[in-house]
Amino acid sequence: MAGNSNYNPTNKVEKWFDERLPLLRFSKEHLMDFPSPRNINYWWTFGAVLAIMLIVQIVTGIILAMHYTPNIAMAFDSVEHIRRDVNYGRIIQGTHAVGASMFFFAVYVHMFRGLYYGSYKAPREILWILGVVIFLLMMATAFMGYVLPWGQMSFWGATVITNLFSAIPIIGTPILEFLRGGFAVDNPTLNRFFSLHYLLPFVIAAVVALHIWALHVPGNGNPTGVEVKSSADTLPFHPYFTMKDLFVVVVFFIPFAWFVFFAPDILGHADNYIEANPFVTPAHIVPEWYLLPFYAMLRAIDFDVFFISAKLGGVIIMFGSIIILMVLPWLDGSKVRSGSFRPMFKPFYWLFVLNFLLLMYLGGQGAEGIYVILSKVATAYYFGYFLVILPILARIETPKPLPSSISQAVLDKNK
Amino acid sequence: MATNTKEESTRRDFLFVTTGAFAAVGGAAAVWPLIDQMNPDASVKALASIEADLSAIEEGQSVTFKWRGQPVFVRHRTPSEIEEAKAVSLDDLKDPAPDSERVIAGHEQWLVMVGLCTHLGCVPLGQKPGEEKGDFNGWFCPCHGSHYDSAGRIRKGPAPKNLVLPPFEFLSDTLIKIG
Repeated sequence: MAGNSNYNPTNKVEKWFDERLPLLRFSKEHLMDFPSPRNINYWWTFGAVLAIMLIVQIVTGIILAMHYTPNIAMAFDSVEHIRRDVNYGRIIQGTHAVGASMFFFAVYVHMFRGLYYGSYKAPREILWILGVVIFLLMMATAFMGYVLPWGQMSFWGATVITNLFSAIPIIGTPILEFLRGGFAVDNPTLNRFFSLHYLLPFVIAAVVALHIWALHVPGNGNPTGVEVKSSADTLPFHPYFTMKDLFVVVVFFIPFAWFVFFAPDILGHADNYIEANPFVTPAHIVPEWYLLPFYAMLRAIDFDVFFISAKLGGVIIMFGSIIILMVLPWLDGSKVRSGSFRPMFKPFYWLFVLNFLLLMYLGGQGAEGIYVILSKVATAYYFGYFLVILPILARIETPKPLPSSISQAVLDKNK
Repeated sequence: MATNTKEESTRRDFLFVTTGAFAAVGGAAAVWPLIDQMNPDASVKALASIEADLSAIEEGQSVTFKWRGQPVFVRHRTPSEIEEAKAVSLDDLKDPAPDSERVIAGHEQWLVMVGLCTHLGCVPLGQKPGEEKGDFNGWFCPCHGSHYDSAGRIRKGPAPKNLVLPPFEFLSDTLIKIG
């Protein structure tokens, strides 16, 4: 949607600059005048929330790195030093730690929005795949960040997760030692995780730039799933959606601030306030809440399939649960984007959401009794939704009639 | 070479290919150190073997040594524990191994194993007096409930393998070299 700029340099300096580097023209086109569907609802504001959260994490993270020591003898104490001694350290560390949770909450809302409104469908496949790449990078960054305080959960989380790679046949152990820089998780591991934890947010920022670029080629989707047909369907991004986004950011910051000020540790695990000890394992190793659904799927595979061991099978399922999102645009063949016009899709979609929350719950429970069976059922539904339900629905479902245009849909609604 | 209609290799093509090949090999050679630095370094490898003195370990006692950053369990087994381990039928084992394969002949009382559960790498309980030893009088992993017997063999639970035996040798009757 390039070329919708009505930027006219008003003075000679701007004109001179515009002819050499059209930065202001670019900003006006993409940050201000960009035509956005007039009917996008609040679920579309989470992209902006995520952009703000990335900035919050980078700013607080850079500050924390000024006071943190990535050495196994000092890491745990240096985090306590930040929380107790550094001016406002308690707030900055709390913001960073709680920020990770808020970031993931926002990304899940953003992704489930995409799943409901078919945001992954043509011509937005690359946009969607870049989003999945960002999600993977976020998980890697969060995991490595959680290791840095060098508490018991840090250490044993790192041990269990790096151990996953040992499931790879033949080259598993060399890869494991390569990742850890030793035979067990130790000082070299902590050092490289710190280095990569600092690097990855900037990689994320770069992929976000591509994500927004890919968004600005076809423009935003919208709740009807009908493409923009005329200028009557759109409003300029600024001020209409900048203000709407800012409003949501303010609302989003209220629970964020509550966590930071009143319960900075409530989302974490008490065992992480015990310094890492390679000789004592905590009774229950659990990842942070936002990784629990994937942990549940990893553990659900406790049986061998032909030559694939249970351990390797679990790893394949866990990574597969995210990789499958990348091929989703080709699994869901329905021509209708928005779930609002798909009567059969809707119940399966909401069941998928509940199933995801169930997996999150199961990931936090011990691997015993009823939880084991439920984990298997929930994992089966997770994959069945993508591999069976969506392809079949595309063939048998009769969608409701679509509005002729976005503006028509808006007018009909206001009758 | 747009004017050359014949499919014929020229000196220029040869130079082009060899230059490209040199650049590729040189590039790979330059990248390798950047990758290999991630592997265990000299100081880590230097600690890859330790000597453990067993003389102070009484019969029935267990001691944990640190080897390669990992716990190594050494148990001085009692005759009854050895008999118990020997009496087990191989058909009852998930990862079948007779007791004789778990120890060094002539030193049956000494069981030396890496103290990490073969499931997801937790440290099993059973080293200290009073700790839960599981249903088979050996070790019990609290993470996901794997039970190991008095020869460190997996008997019950999700772990796929017996506790791993590190490479070790007896330097004397009471001194071992692990690694």
